[in-house]
Parts: sequence; structure tokens; C-alpha cells
Amino acid sequence: MKYLDEYRDASIARALAEEIRKRCTRIWVLMEICGGQTHTLIRYGLDELFGPNVQLVHGPGCPVCVTPLETIDRAIALARRPEVILVSYGDMLRVPGSHSDLLRVKSEGGDVRLAYSPLAALDLARAMPARRVVFLGIGFETTAPAHALAVLQAAREGLANFSLLSSHVLVPPAIRLLLASPQNRVQGFIAPGHVCTVMGYAQYAALAREFRVPIVVGGFEPVDLLEAILMLVKQLEEGRAEAENQYTRSVSYAGNRAAQEAVERVFEPCDQKWRGLGLIPQSGLRLRAEFAAFDALRIFPLAEVRPEESPECISALVLQGLRKPTDCPAFAVRCTPENPLGAPMVSSEGACAAYYQYRRLVSVKEAP
Amino acid sequence: MSQAKPGISLSCPVPLPAGDRILLGHGSGGKLSAELLQDLFLPALRNPILERLEDQAIVSVGGIRLAYTTDSFVVEPLFFPGGDIGSLAVNGTVNDLAVGGAEPLWLSAAFILEEGLERETLRRVVQSMRAAADCAGVTIVTGDTKVVQRGSADQLFINTSGIGLVREGVQLSAQLACPGDAILISGTLGDHGMAILAQREGLEFESALTSDSAPLHTLVGDLLDATREVRCLRDPTRGGLSSALNEIAARSAVGMELDERSVPVRPEVRGACEMLGLDPLYVANEGKLVAIVSPAAAETALAALRGHPLGREARVIGRVTEEHRGLVVMRTSLGTSRIVDMLAGDQLPRIC
Amino acid sequence: MCLAIPGKILSLEEQGTRMGRVEFGGIVKQVCLDLVPQAAPGDYVMVHVGFAISKVDPEEAEKTYALLRSMGALAGELFAEPPGAE
Repeated sequence: MKYLDEYRDASIARALAEEIRKRCTRIWVLMEICGGQTHTLIRYGLDELFGPNVQLVHGPGCPVCVTPLETIDRAIALARRPEVILVSYGDMLRVPGSHSDLLRVKSEGGDVRLAYSPLAALDLARAMPARRVVFLGIGFETTAPAHALAVLQAAREGLANFSLLSSHVLVPPAIRLLLASPQNRVQGFIAPGHVCTVMGYAQYAALAREFRVPIVVGGFEPVDLLEAILMLVKQLEEGRAEAENQYTRSVSYAGNRAAQEAVERVFEPCDQKWRGLGLIPQSGLRLRAEFAAFDALRIFPLAEVRPEESPECISALVLQGLRKPTDCPAFAVRCTPENPLGAPMVSSEGACAAYYQYRRLVSVKEAP
Repeated sequence: MSQAKPGISLSCPVPLPAGDRILLGHGSGGKLSAELLQDLFLPALRNPILERLEDQAIVSVGGIRLAYTTDSFVVEPLFFPGGDIGSLAVNGTVNDLAVGGAEPLWLSAAFILEEGLERETLRRVVQSMRAAADCAGVTIVTGDTKVVQRGSADQLFINTSGIGLVREGVQLSAQLACPGDAILISGTLGDHGMAILAQREGLEFESALTSDSAPLHTLVGDLLDATREVRCLRDPTRGGLSSALNEIAARSAVGMELDERSVPVRPEVRGACEMLGLDPLYVANEGKLVAIVSPAAAETALAALRGHPLGREARVIGRVTEEHRGLVVMRTSLGTSRIVDMLAGDQLPRIC
Repeated sequence: MCLAIPGKILSLEEQGTRMGRVEFGGIVKQVCLDLVPQAAPGDYVMVHVGFAISKVDPEEAEKTYALLRSMGALAGELFAEPPGAE
């Protein structure tokens, strides 16, 4: 597959990794922000290639992990209503809410359906005018334009039975929070390539300047990540702190204006709770009043939700890179992928789930 | 705990633990299914034959070894490119017998029909079963029909059982894999599961995602004719190749190492998997064979598979090892390693 | 956070929204192209949840890849085994 396979080339990957090893005169702590990047790192075992001088801390870039409990509890409440069809992306179906999850609700008779795209939810709304189709629209800046277009399309067609349960998060405020924390030990960031495809990277240039930290916009294939890491290492070794773009085939400084305009038209910034990180001001998106007719939060009478997070779960600290999953007393004991206490153990990109696998192979390797 | 080498979980892990309800994940052939078996079924039904937990039970009567299996088919949609619930039922049952080294002979077919099902739909399915049975050389000798109220079944469920005659001198088991053995696959992975997913979720791919549903007993026959140094056979259905290999690794207490570059996947399956963030290793197959054979017999086995129409794309994809016993590890295209873990529930498409 | 993969636009249709038939490896899917008004058949786009979010810049890609390719070729001459592998 063009523009994919070339970026999985083994000899290029090795060459980049060797260069990274050569350049490092000390340990550097880097953070990759996007869950998809974490996924690639693990799936291709990239740390085996670039060596121990680069330590990667996994950032809060997993929308599944950071979707607030309230949103999941609300989605569950809606799915239990007999007239509602709750449509969701696959990876959200398993995330635990306060007491249940969407897959469970499905087993209890709720109409919960999986979709690859919000377009499917629109199709469903057209096909089933007697039902209320609610789309669980979670995501970062990458996905917000798709949700915006879906709402605009619904408005154009007067699709009154379609609505969006919106839970969007914006990346720069979260990074700012991490950088401003006195416990931050991340020295360089790989910025999320598809978020930046939409937004451009001016915001990251500003962060780089303000906090004097190098930021490289990275893609998602092994060669992309290795190249981004190399660019960060070079900056750090040379004492620079700039925003650079590795993912030039998809990202431009200004980003995708049409996508940004669609989002601005339909959504406005709001304060947003991040599961594990707490409330971050102006880090979310909500539907503008003009689109209230398509806002599930406004249409449905939703009881006040009092979410309950497991007291043992230290996801907050893990998501900020301040603790490793292995520091958590519940890790792999009371909290496992089969029995997750918190979001980072649930999601495939979650740090805890990743570490759960890490742990197994090392104990195997170190066995006599 | 120390820093470690990454393993991998390519899909969302398990939902909240079973609690008091059965979840869809319990049927997906992964960890949840295994737990249900261990925690609920085995304790209640325990006996030496059942405990072997092969795809079929081998029973002896008057010195003759028979293979006996049962399966249920609840696929939705009922009709899909490459087959339907009927042909799937026949081929699936035949295959469960075949991987026990048995020649499949007789099947039963019991139908649970939803009130309101169109007769024409049922007719199509049954005709398809007849055609599949003829093609496989088996006879459906007994059956049953029940009708349940509208809403209690998804149109049509089929339960089958099958009896076959185990080949003389053949002993196949998931407990027999040895370090050094070769791991072979008879062809491309993920065809069936992706065809079903595309159809069911209305993914509307324009292309040829077709189920590979097929009866494997003649392929198995050719393999066993060529060599008897076959330890174990499996058809990697629910849970994909990963489930099948993880089960064997666990039962034989061995490790396995796969070579990513050897794993065959059709371009259209690959494209669909990339788009949805799915891994073909976990996607169901209905016309493929995994064979664990002795190292000396690997080439002969490969040639035998490739000589058969269903095995043209057969490959050696890995080795059984004595390292990391119980774990299946993949050497990636970059030369690094990752764990191929057993999936917990179903693999779900991801956006992230 | 964002699974998007590159696909080639085979054809366009205006059905209210700008839709295109996009090919990914061996599969073809209908994709919404409203966010890439400049993209045309033959172009590659990055597709996320059924929407194209960018047009792949072929010149940029070729330029940077040529550099990577030469790095890889050089490395291929120097190493038999990947660094760090057993």
C-alpha cells in the first residue's frame, strides 16, 4: 500500500535507529502524545531498535482513555432508552463507566451499534425515522471535523431524529498542563500527526517557544516515529527547542482550513474533564446553541450523573507520565486487561495495557 | 518490576469481568470463552474425553476410533460472499472432524427458526447445505426443527454434530507440539472474518472480500498421506490464528515464534484491516488449516498442502520453541519481537 | 488518537456531499471528500472515519523519502542484523 509500506521499510528503520543511538550522549525522556503512535511503538518493538538512551513516556493521546466517566454513563443511560439507537466507534464499547459499559448494556437488550464512521449513523437515522439515533462522538481535533460535517448534513436534511453526544478533547491545553507541572520530566514531544493534519502546528510552535521544549510533529508508521525521535534527539543534543514537522506528506503549518472551519461553525470551546487528568479549562468542544436540536445533551433529559472512579486507579498519574503503570499497587494484581479498574488498562493504546504485555515478556526473558 | 520488552495487545482488552451475565465476548474464542469453559462447563461436565478439549472427541467402539463433534452457527448476515450459514455449518463441522484426522461421514442438523422467517430464506439455506454436503462427501442423516417466538433468535440458528472415522494410526493433539516443530498455514488469513464484518457492518467495500469457507478433509488427507509426522491440526476459526496457536502453546507447554513476513494475507483483506485497525492474526478463517509438523517433515508437508487446490498459498510461518513457553511471539518485519497474545473478547475496529 | 490511512481516489461523485471511491490496497470504499476540495482522481488522501482529512503531497513525500532511502541503502551495506536484535 502506497505511502504506508515504504514507511515500514526495515533497512530505513534500522538506519534511523542506528543514527539515534549514535547521537545520544545521554538519556532523553520523550513523550509521544498520540495513542496510535504508542500502538506502533509497541507493535513494532521500536524500543529494541533505538536503544535505552531514549525513554518514551506515553501521553494522554488516547481518546478512549480520556473520555470522562460522565460521558460513558450518559451514553449508557441513553442506550437503555427503548427508542434510542446508540451508535459508537468500536473501541468505546468496552470502556468501563461507573457501573457498566456499552457492551454490557447491549447484552441487557440496549440497542448499541458499532460504526466505523458517523456517516453510518446518518444512514441509520434516515432508514429508521421512528427511532432516535444518538452518535457517541468522541475524539480529538482529528475527528471533530467528521462530527461537524455529520451535524451539518443532518441540519441540511432536517434529520430530526439524529443527535450527537459530544465529548471532544483538544490536545494543546493538556500538553500545556503537563509542561507546567513541576513534576514534568518530559524533555521533548512527538506531536500527534493526524491532529496536526487538521490543525496545523502553530499551537505547538507556541508551546515550544514558551516552555523551551522541542516538539516534532510525527506520523504513525515505524519510519515516521523513528525519524521524529531522531529529529528530537538532534534538537536536544544541540540545545535547540523548536517545532519541526516530520510528517510533511500530510501536515502543513496551517493545517486543513476547510476542516477547521467546519469545526468552528458547529462547535465552540468549553471546559472539559479528562478522565484521569481532571478538568482542563477550554480543552473541549461543545455544540453551538444554533445546533441544539442535534445535541443529545440538550434533547434528552439526562439525570445528574455522579461518576465513580475506582479509588485504586492511578491513571491520572500514569497519563501524565508521572508514574509508570508498574508503580501502581493494583497493576497486574487487581487491575488487569481482563478486570480493568481504569481506562489506561482498557484501551489498546493505554499505557497500562501496554505495560501489562511488557511485563510478561520480560519475566519470561529473565527466567533462568 | 523491571523495564521490559514490549508485547502487544492489538485490540481493546476485556470488558468488565463476567459478573452475572454472558457477554458477546464469551463466544468469540478468546480468553473469555476459555474462562467460561474452565469455570463453568468443565467443572460441571468433567470427564477424561472432554478434558482433552480438542476440536472433536475421539471415542472408541469395538476397536474402531470415531471422531465426534458438535458446533453451532449463529452468523449474521445469513448470506455473504463465499457462502451462507448453511454451507458454513456443513464445512465447519467437516473441518472439526478433519483436524482430528478423521474422514467425515455423517452430520446432523438441528434448526432453531425465528417465527416470521421467510420460507424462501430457509429453502436457500437448506439447499446450500445439501450442495456443501455433496461437495464434501458427507450425508446429513438426522435433524430437528424448533421455532421460537419472534425476537428470540436472529432469524436462524443451526446446530450440527458430526461423526467421522479416525484414520488408522493417526494421533493428533494440541498437546503434542515439540520444540523444533514447524508451524504451517495452508493459505491466506482473515478472509472469512473480514467478509462477514464488511457485510454485517455495512462497510460497503466495493471489492471482493469473500469468505474462504471450504471443507478441508481432502487437504488433510493429502497431508497425512504424505507424512505421519503431524502433531496437531487446527482450523483457526473464531479468534483467528492467534487463538489456535495460543491454545496449542498452552496445552503443549511450548513457545512459538512466528515470522511476520511469512504470514500470507490477501491485499483486500489487508486494506480492510488497515482501515479498521484490525490485525489479520485475530480474524476468523473458515477454510484454512494450521499444521504443526516435525522439522524433518516440514518440506514434505508444505509440498502436500500446495499440491491441493485449497493449499496453494501454504507457507511455513514459524517454529515451536522451548523459550517463552506458553507464549506466541512474532518476529516483526523490522526484526524486533512482540507477543501475539490471546484476545480477550472480540477484536473491535478502532479509531485511534 | 487517530487512525488514518492513505488511499487513492478512483472517482468522484457529487451527491449533495462530495463523495469519492477510494482504494486502500485491495479494497475500495466510499469516502467523504468535503474536507479536501482540491483533491482529484489519482490523488492520495489520508482517510479517518470515512472522511479524507488531507491530500498527500507527493513531491514532499518523494523529497523526504529519497533521503531516507539513501540512508537505508547505506545502512543495508553496513549491517547484517538490526542493531539490538538477538
